[in-house]
Amino acid sequence: MASLARRRATDYTVKAISVGFAALSLVLLAWILWTLVARGLPALGPHVFTQITAPPGAGGGLLNAIVGSLIQIGVALVIGTPIGLMCGTFLAENGRGTQVGNAVRFVNDVLLSAPSILIGLFVYQLLVVPFGGFSGWAGAIALAIIIIPVVVRTTEDMLNLVPIGLREAAFALGAPQWKVVTFITWRAGRAGIVTGILLAVARAAGETAPLLFTSLGNNGWSLSLDAPMASLPIAIYQYAASPFEDWVALAWAGALIITVGVLTLNILSRLVLAKMK
Amino acid sequence: MDATLSGRQAGNGLIAARKPTGRVSDPVFVGILWGSGILVLLLLGLIIAMLFEGGLPALREFGLSFIWSTTWNPVTEVFGAGVMVFGTIFSAVIAVIIALPLSFGIAFFLTEIAPGPLRRPIGVAIQLLAAIPSIIYGMWGFFIVVPLMAAYVQPPLIEWLGPLPIIGALFQGPPLGAGMLTAGLIMAIMILPFITAMFVEVLESVPPMIKESAYGVGATTYEVYRNVSVPYGSTAMVGAVMLGLGRALGETMAVTFVIGNATRMSASLFAPGATIASTIANEFPEASIGSLKLQALLELGFILFVISFIVLALSRLLVRSRLKG
Repeated sequence: MASLARRRATDYTVKAISVGFAALSLVLLAWILWTLVARGLPALGPHVFTQITAPPGAGGGLLNAIVGSLIQIGVALVIGTPIGLMCGTFLAENGRGTQVGNAVRFVNDVLLSAPSILIGLFVYQLLVVPFGGFSGWAGAIALAIIIIPVVVRTTEDMLNLVPIGLREAAFALGAPQWKVVTFITWRAGRAGIVTGILLAVARAAGETAPLLFTSLGNNGWSLSLDAPMASLPIAIYQYAASPFEDWVALAWAGALIITVGVLTLNILSRLVLAKMK
Repeated sequence: MDATLSGRQAGNGLIAARKPTGRVSDPVFVGILWGSGILVLLLLGLIIAMLFEGGLPALREFGLSFIWSTTWNPVTEVFGAGVMVFGTIFSAVIAVIIALPLSFGIAFFLTEIAPGPLRRPIGVAIQLLAAIPSIIYGMWGFFIVVPLMAAYVQPPLIEWLGPLPIIGALFQGPPLGAGMLTAGLIMAIMILPFITAMFVEVLESVPPMIKESAYGVGATTYEVYRNVSVPYGSTAMVGAVMLGLGRALGETMAVTFVIGNATRMSASLFAPGATIASTIANEFPEASIGSLKLQALLELGFILFVISFIVLALSRLLVRSRLKG
């Protein structure tokens, strides 16, 4: 064994490197955020929120993209949340220890990390090709498939935190299972479940790849879910890769908006979760 | 006492008088719960089936050699996935190689070094790296990292390491900035929080007793970390790395911005390349419904799904075996 002095020196060196690595990751976070603020803030103004996308040089904002994103996320939530909530409840209540439960949990974990671009391809094959075109519906359903695994995972985790005794007490009073679940377990885990939904929104809000082949994007003003629909990430993607300076500036403004929104949702939900645990 | 008794009796009477609750509603509710569970199972099956079916014509046209053929020529309509499969795995492995030591260090910092009150805020800040959308990494990579790589990182590496035998092959070509290494670097930052979070979770599950025994015989903090904590959680930690790999394999937007999008194969870290995901994102707009190109892209998607599925499934098996077992 090496001498004590050498072992101490190794210990200090590794500790110093570890501190350095942690500092590096914080610097990277700060660097990305700083880039967004430095480039996005000058481009941010009321016009971004009041005008729709326009040809290069004609000004314009991101209103249609922001509204399109909100609509698609809203519809995705309406579709995805009940399924995710029910599936998460199934895993925590009925599926515990069963073969089906384990299979569902496994599949959900895979879906949680599966490449999101493939969700886009899947919805393209499922809805866009048979129904003859890109549409807001297709985009919303692609986002719903992104949302479901996140909600399932957090719902199951949160319901597992609810003490068994609470359920047993309700059952002992003769309550049927649907009452126990809706009035007792869901209510006890409410804050956590809502957090999961917030996290899912944050995840869906930044997703670009699943929308490329589903809602496609739309440079005009359209609220119809049957037509191609604009979305903030797609607008950013188009504009950032364009050669026009004003478009690139708008892309940075959009990037700043999305990131601030997503990070706020994340920090909020982490605060709630920290309180619960 | 009397009141309680009579209350209880009244309750008994109530129960006896009423039909058992939930006779109809419960099966319906339980049915919905099971149904949504099955729905998630079906969803995965449907995704696999649709991607397979969509790519089948391309597979028929080019045979199994589609998977390794390195020709991708939209003009002559000859397609092969070789370059993209290579690019996907190459860039993801670069990402893991960069992220792994960082994760080991940060996990060490968060579990052993950081003072108590700082642990959570720093841990959360690092987790926020995972929350930033992929397209933001793409823009940051494209506008900030690529020029830096081209100006300051790649030229000296090419000059110093390029002439060396064997490993020199990794450092060839013009310093374009965009390319495999840049893509791997950006993805490393993106998967770092996932790997770190799971490392921390595993390390915190190491029983304090065995760590204390090592300290008791005079081991340093690093020695305990390296010889006790890490070996104890090694299975789950391998699983965590696989999760990072799985995420990097399917990363799309960030990679599309910085990999250079060239459907050529090169062993150089600096050569522009393509991954399956970036190729799908880039070439899809030029593929019309029913075209051979679209079918080839769908087949690419199917291959990516199979690769990620295997990696993610392995990851999960390894992680669960440790944490639950």
